[in-house]
Amino acid sequence: MVAAGIVALLKQPQRKASAALAIGSLGISLLLSLAAFAHVVSDWANGIATRETVNFTWIQTGSSTVDLGWVLDPLSAIMLVMVCFVGLLIFIYSTGYMEHDENFTRFFCFLALFAGAMLGVVIANSLLLLFMCWELVGLTSYLLIGFWYHKPSAAAAAKKAFLTTRVGDIFFFLGIVWLFNATGTLLFYNHGSGSMEGLALANLLTQHAALGLTAAGAIALLIFAGAAGKSGQLPLHVWLPDAMEGPTPVSALIHAATMVAAGVYLIARVYPLMSAGALVTSSGEIAGTTTPLIVVTWIGAATAVFAALIAVAQDDIKRILAYSTVSQLGYMMAGLGLGGVAVGMFHLITHAFFKALLFMGAGSVIHGCHEEQDIRKMGGLRPQMRITFYTYAAGMLALCGFPLFFSGFWSKDAILEAAHKSDFIKGPYYLLVFGALLTAFYMIRQVSYVFFGNWRGHGHAHESPRVMTAPLAILAFFAVVLGAIGTPAWPWFHAFLDGHAAAIDLHAFVEADFLKLLLTSGLIVFLGLGLGWALYGNKSPRPEEPDALEKAVPWIWTALRDRLYVDEFYGVTFIAFYAWWARVADWFDRRVWGGVVAWIAWIFGLWAHLNRRIDTHWVDGSFDKACEELSTGGGLLARAQNGRVQIYLRVLAVAVVAFAAILIWSSRP
Amino acid sequence: MTGFASPLEAYLLVAALLFAIGLAGALTRRNAILVLIGIELMLNAANLNFIAFWRYGPHPEALTGMMFAIFSIAVAAAEAAVGLGLVISIYRHAKTTDLDQMNRMKG
Amino acid sequence: MSVIFFLVAALTVAGGLAAVLFKNTVHCALAVTVAFAGLALLFLSLDAQFAGFAQVLVYIGAVAILVVFAILLTRGSETPQSGVFSKSWFTGLVIAAGIFAVLGWAVMQSAHALPQQAAAPAVTVHDIGVALVGRYVLPLEIVALLLTAATIGAVIVALHEKERTQ
Repeated sequence: MVAAGIVALLKQPQRKASAALAIGSLGISLLLSLAAFAHVVSDWANGIATRETVNFTWIQTGSSTVDLGWVLDPLSAIMLVMVCFVGLLIFIYSTGYMEHDENFTRFFCFLALFAGAMLGVVIANSLLLLFMCWELVGLTSYLLIGFWYHKPSAAAAAKKAFLTTRVGDIFFFLGIVWLFNATGTLLFYNHGSGSMEGLALANLLTQHAALGLTAAGAIALLIFAGAAGKSGQLPLHVWLPDAMEGPTPVSALIHAATMVAAGVYLIARVYPLMSAGALVTSSGEIAGTTTPLIVVTWIGAATAVFAALIAVAQDDIKRILAYSTVSQLGYMMAGLGLGGVAVGMFHLITHAFFKALLFMGAGSVIHGCHEEQDIRKMGGLRPQMRITFYTYAAGMLALCGFPLFFSGFWSKDAILEAAHKSDFIKGPYYLLVFGALLTAFYMIRQVSYVFFGNWRGHGHAHESPRVMTAPLAILAFFAVVLGAIGTPAWPWFHAFLDGHAAAIDLHAFVEADFLKLLLTSGLIVFLGLGLGWALYGNKSPRPEEPDALEKAVPWIWTALRDRLYVDEFYGVTFIAFYAWWARVADWFDRRVWGGVVAWIAWIFGLWAHLNRRIDTHWVDGSFDKACEELSTGGGLLARAQNGRVQIYLRVLAVAVVAFAAILIWSSRP
Repeated sequence: MTGFASPLEAYLLVAALLFAIGLAGALTRRNAILVLIGIELMLNAANLNFIAFWRYGPHPEALTGMMFAIFSIAVAAAEAAVGLGLVISIYRHAKTTDLDQMNRMKG
Repeated sequence: MSVIFFLVAALTVAGGLAAVLFKNTVHCALAVTVAFAGLALLFLSLDAQFAGFAQVLVYIGAVAILVVFAILLTRGSETPQSGVFSKSWFTGLVIAAGIFAVLGWAVMQSAHALPQQAAAPAVTVHDIGVALVGRYVLPLEIVALLLTAATIGAVIVALHEKERTQ
């Protein structure tokens, strides 16, 4: 954040300084977060559950206080490392991508500010501090989406993003206030008296709100509303695709890896609240579930499918990835709801890596095709942009969940496993499987459009500079390798978050249930890939030709292309209502208040007029008359001043005589 | 000599007479210098008063009256000098010492 | 009261009257000198020798001469056409008479309370000198200052005029 402040003061030409400051400070943050992570890991290896907090009092009103604080536990440690690492790679990437842009320094200023705010969200121990950093993240996202503000579409998209997340934030804030009212503290962990700790939770469970919910449930749902806005869950997802108006590094950083993940992180943070009341068996598995978690799961699953469907019919390379993000966020939410913190967070971490990779790869492609973003105008880039192709392929396969080798497979599988295992909610499993199919389908569609076939664009495509491709390579590596920490054979991640030991157990691979699941998901992926290749394969349709799928099912295609009309629906209802309301208020303001003001002004004018009359005739007249009298009197008196000394002397003498006479007369005995 | 309760009374009356004469001169003569002469007469009358009271009053050895008179003489001399200097300078301006014609301070 | 007193008093009063009534200004100045002399004699009769001689020295020796000089410098010896008394001389006379009346009345009123003839005070010049530099040293110094200022002032008043008219 300090870097952001300094960069804000730098002028435009000082590009190197701004970039260096931003990257440098994030690098330092990375080192610090790695150190923290190492500390937590070592503690964990020794069997100690780490939860270190630093709390301080911020406001004190009478006997109640509002405290803020920071927490370091496995969850925040992991997020810290992820945010810093991916962020750093994207910062480096941006120096190449934004090279030709004249607002280089402003970009890095906003980037640094965003990084600071995001880290603040991650390490916050107080819901209030988290909310403050949350809002700051939203603000910087607004600034970055609308970075090219002279483009009206960009400005509109930024505004839309801000307003939509605002809707979610209102509910979030209501939840915060309710929580503070009910428990008296907003700290998560405070040595037993925090809001996520036993005492507070038990308290909340006994209070009842409407519709059969407990206070805990109601607050949890309100907080989820905030997360839904920020993470683009179903009703509030409309801003995310439009947010692609921002520069690609922005999309990579904010809308793939970090900001949208903030919503998921929030749910993970308040997970004790969300799962309060659920029955927990001795092994830590969730045996029951609560209303908020059910809601989270269903919305997550629905979002996953909904967004995947729309992604199938989009033509803008970034939009496809945007809807993919929405879909994957749905997966994460579902994972949280079904399997707990570890399952959802694992997918979040892997997704961060490969989605950032995909976005940056897309950025590289756009850069190489001279700012072209329509995939129908690309094609045959494989031979010309080799590094980009290989890294992009790695990311794409991870996203699809290609079996065994790619991290996405393991994380998605964990979610599917949890969905399958859940005895309480069956529906989501099928939705999620369908979603996986669609994911594979649209990704292969995109890849074949972009990299295979013949070149359909203008000019020549060229590979991107090293500063852009190096981060791609690094991320690709992680996209593959990260899977290893989450396999059932070695559930390190799960164990780390939950605080118990992890054992390498290869037998887990051959568990009957697990194998069945593995085969099912593998099959789905291959099915999706196959379908896609069959339809799009090595063919190279010209831009004017309709899409292959379109030829097959035209009316579905149109509906999907038009994003299932959600935006239009909003436009007709909420926005129209709001515009109408604004007009009413304006009329009221002008007519009624304006009338009152005019009337008052008229009265004042009358009063002023009256005053003037009085002043001129009475006051002035009387005053003039008095002055005249004075003048005359003065004239009369002045006759005594005849300038002749002897006369003065005489008067003096007379006065003395009179005085003396009086004195003598009065002192007679 | 006859009927006076005290010699002081005689002196006081003489002083009063002189004072009145001096005042009359100051009030009625036209020449500025004669006004000054009248003023000198008045001062002298006052001095006479002082000396008379000193002589016949209590504690003449305290010399209060005598001192007063001496200082009065000194001051009167200074005042006469300045006053006459003024009259001369006015004469240079107005070419006359007639007081009736000097009404420049008329308001 | 002795005859001498009456004679001297009459002389003084006559001198005063003459000073006020004569038409010729120089005669007035001479008359007032006579009045001064009479007053000096009166002081002497009151056993105020120092005051008497100071009166002679200062008044007759300085002030009267000064007045004569002033008269000469302002051509007062010429008789003005319109008379020596102002137009409203009667008012002035009345006022002076009034003053005399009040004063005389005051004296007569308190005549019985006036102190009687006491023994002549044995005051020597030495005593006066000691008093001047002892008890009355402050007035002495102030009067010295005053005289200096008056001298300077008179010179300045006279000088400036000279420069301007030349």
